[in-house]
Amino acid sequence: MIEFATLINALDSSNKTSLKKEAIIRFLTFAPEKDKLWFLALMTGKRPKRPIATKDLKTWVLELTNIPEWLFTECYAAVGDLSETLSLLLPPPTERNDKSLSDWMEDIVILANASMSEKKAFVLASWNALNTIERFIFNKLLGGSFRLGISAKGLINTIAAHFQIEPSIVAHSIMGEWNPYDFEFDKLVRGEYSNTSLSKPYPFCLAYPIEKELEALGPIIEWQCEHKWDGIRGQLIKRNEEVFIWSRGEELVTAQFPEITDALRQWKDNVVLDGEILAAKDGRILNFTELQKRINRKVISRTLREEVPVVVYLYDVLELNGQDLRSDPLQVRRNLLEQLHQRNGDDIMQLSPLIHCADWTALRLVQAASREVNSEGIMLKKKNTIYYAGRKKGGWWKWKVNPMTIDAVLIYAQKGSGRRSGHYTDYTFAVKEGDHLVSIAKAYSGLTDKEILEVSRFVKQNSLEKFGPVRTVKPELVFEIAFEGIGYSKRHKSGVALRFPRILRWRRDKKAIDIDTLEDIKKLIP
Amino acid sequence: MIQFTSKGIYCVPGKFYLDPWQPVDLAIITHGHADHAYPGMKKYLCHHFTVNILKSRIGHDIQVEGVAYNRPFHINGVKISLHPAGHIIGSSQIRMEYKGKVIVFTGDYKIQDDGLSTPFEPVKCHELITESTFGLPIYHWESVAAQTQRLNEWITHNQGFKKTSVFIGYSLGKSQRILNAVKDMGEVYVHYSIAKLNMAYSEAGIQLPPYHIVDLRKDTKQLDGKIVLLPPALLDTHLLQKIPNVAYAICSGWMQIRGARRWRSADAGFAISDHADWNGLLQVVKDSEAEKVYVTHGQTATFSKYLNEIGIEAEEVKTNYGEEISL
Ligand SMILES: [Zn+2]
Ligand SMILES: [Zn+2]
Repeated sequence: MIEFATLINALDSSNKTSLKKEAIIRFLTFAPEKDKLWFLALMTGKRPKRPIATKDLKTWVLELTNIPEWLFTECYAAVGDLSETLSLLLPPPTERNDKSLSDWMEDIVILANASMSEKKAFVLASWNALNTIERFIFNKLLGGSFRLGISAKGLINTIAAHFQIEPSIVAHSIMGEWNPYDFEFDKLVRGEYSNTSLSKPYPFCLAYPIEKELEALGPIIEWQCEHKWDGIRGQLIKRNEEVFIWSRGEELVTAQFPEITDALRQWKDNVVLDGEILAAKDGRILNFTELQKRINRKVISRTLREEVPVVVYLYDVLELNGQDLRSDPLQVRRNLLEQLHQRNGDDIMQLSPLIHCADWTALRLVQAASREVNSEGIMLKKKNTIYYAGRKKGGWWKWKVNPMTIDAVLIYAQKGSGRRSGHYTDYTFAVKEGDHLVSIAKAYSGLTDKEILEVSRFVKQNSLEKFGPVRTVKPELVFEIAFEGIGYSKRHKSGVALRFPRILRWRRDKKAIDIDTLEDIKKLIP
Repeated sequence: MIQFTSKGIYCVPGKFYLDPWQPVDLAIITHGHADHAYPGMKKYLCHHFTVNILKSRIGHDIQVEGVAYNRPFHINGVKISLHPAGHIIGSSQIRMEYKGKVIVFTGDYKIQDDGLSTPFEPVKCHELITESTFGLPIYHWESVAAQTQRLNEWITHNQGFKKTSVFIGYSLGKSQRILNAVKDMGEVYVHYSIAKLNMAYSEAGIQLPPYHIVDLRKDTKQLDGKIVLLPPALLDTHLLQKIPNVAYAICSGWMQIRGARRWRSADAGFAISDHADWNGLLQVVKDSEAEKVYVTHGQTATFSKYLNEIGIEAEEVKTNYGEEISL
């Protein structure tokens, strides 16, 4: 798997998109046909069932290397990735195996039915025939998620540009149903196995942040006001009984929302709709962190569907029974949307409610209370405007509520990259939980160059521990952290996740004793 | 016989310090890296090769005396000798013998023969004072030949895309190793700060491959498609961006880890180090046959805990060494 290892290494080592694209194109040019298909399969979540638990891999490495458990833990802390830690601990290989990626994958597929001792023999022999990076990849192939240093969207765009195909065709085709055994790479990416025109989305119409006084917008009656919902903006397409859901990131997310797919399939009309996918329970919109549980999951289990039910708040209709409506005025489209909803709508497909205010002052009150309904603020859309492709000033404005802030203390620092490399610019902050500190947010610097130098100096002089590039810092410097949203999270040690945290300012006037407590912060969760 | 003080490692009967970080009367210096050779000492004692490095780093007016490897001398009744540490040129382990007891301070070292520094020589002792920069079993260096091949393949790849290959590595030791490794791949330009230290090599009679000197503050056009060696300090500046169509690689032991490669956001990272890897550290400790080991910098807690577990008494000590390792 030399080509694949080279690709992974290139995707991994560089932050430059151009280099990543270069590496992908090189791989697609030189790799064997089957390897290219497996690469696409891995990128789009079509991976085989995990044949071996990671804890077994770890046990075998400890056996082979005679390393005590605590030392393994130290290594894992320094590396930060289990598969990689295992690959680095193993003794150098004594053999060489040049199997292709597809051969490895086919072996791994078969392995699922092997006995434990057969599995162990296979893994040990494989380790002994691969170099460090190949071992790392092999471990990842055996295990669960494999982040390849490029998003599905980045990959789709690269393939599209290289083969001169529309990105939406590539996306439609490779995100759909196929397998690496019975398909040809070229035909697949060109969409020859399916009717890709059915899924083709329109460019989203986007809003600018409002930059003037509301009164300058003219009479409020000329504006359609609604909440700016904090979910996943989506384009929902039903054409010829087929349903596609695109996210604003131009990713096909149909598989992540089966209930929406089912609901839309019931519609009597063929439509293209613009709306927001939201987590909702008992008629109430849930925090974005709830919805996050469903993002990036390849398989949506029934439990997850019950735990995080979703709805769509419909904003707009862009196409009806094959007719492009985008040049109709918003007012007309909204009327049509309401009729369509009456004919077809259900608990899942809902209308985004309009806010009717007599004047701008009244709207200000609604805006200020946005958080109470888990919205980010207000959207203002001029009633006589067409649905623009992309961002266009004047027609749509977003008016977000001010960010929330907390005071937190710096506990970890890491050097940054690019212009500020060499200085500590990536920070982790903590708040109080009883007598302890618990990390609450990571933020890249929002500080001035001068402040960064000062913080860097402090970090150098006050680092307590080093984990590779990360320094544990004496908790002394207090910063005000702003964020857009907050919710409960099981993935975070604090149990709380902040959305878009950033450093607002350095609070030199405050000491570590003055920082917020986790308890206080939890009160901010709506 | 040895005390770990707030000024440095102190030899009590000899009344001298090893790599002190505060001004003292007499300092024996293991090697010329800034975290081991501080300014302000009344007198410096080091290997011949280190003399000029100290002068160019600290000042030409310092009082410094050079000695050879394996030539014992006495200070206040302590028998002292320097032994090659293989870290950079002139790098020495300091062996001290007093009333039959032998203590060795390794300074920084590596087992791998880099082809430029005098290769590491094992020394037996009762007590060993060692570093542990890469004291975790995840660190294993490839052979020097394999490293050279990797660098050269990377250059070839860049040349295919008509790119300038920039290597970033410590200016003393690492840069000269890289220069030596890439000598057959094309014209090499080194930053003037590296060239200054290259002089220390030629003055020591160590032949380096030919190179040009470049000052990035001036014109950089001649660098197009060539090989360029720069010190880490330039990573912080916009000077790097002055070189058009560039691919840059960081050469450092830390580059063994993907996370480190990623956050430094270089185009490539090569795990090439002038420090011993995990097995190297263990081998040196075992070969020394020391009854007691002190660990001065790096993974001090982990490494000493592990030594204790495998039956070698060890203890971590606090020193000021190790800032060079951030790259
Ligand atoms: Zn050194
Ligand atoms: Zn050192």
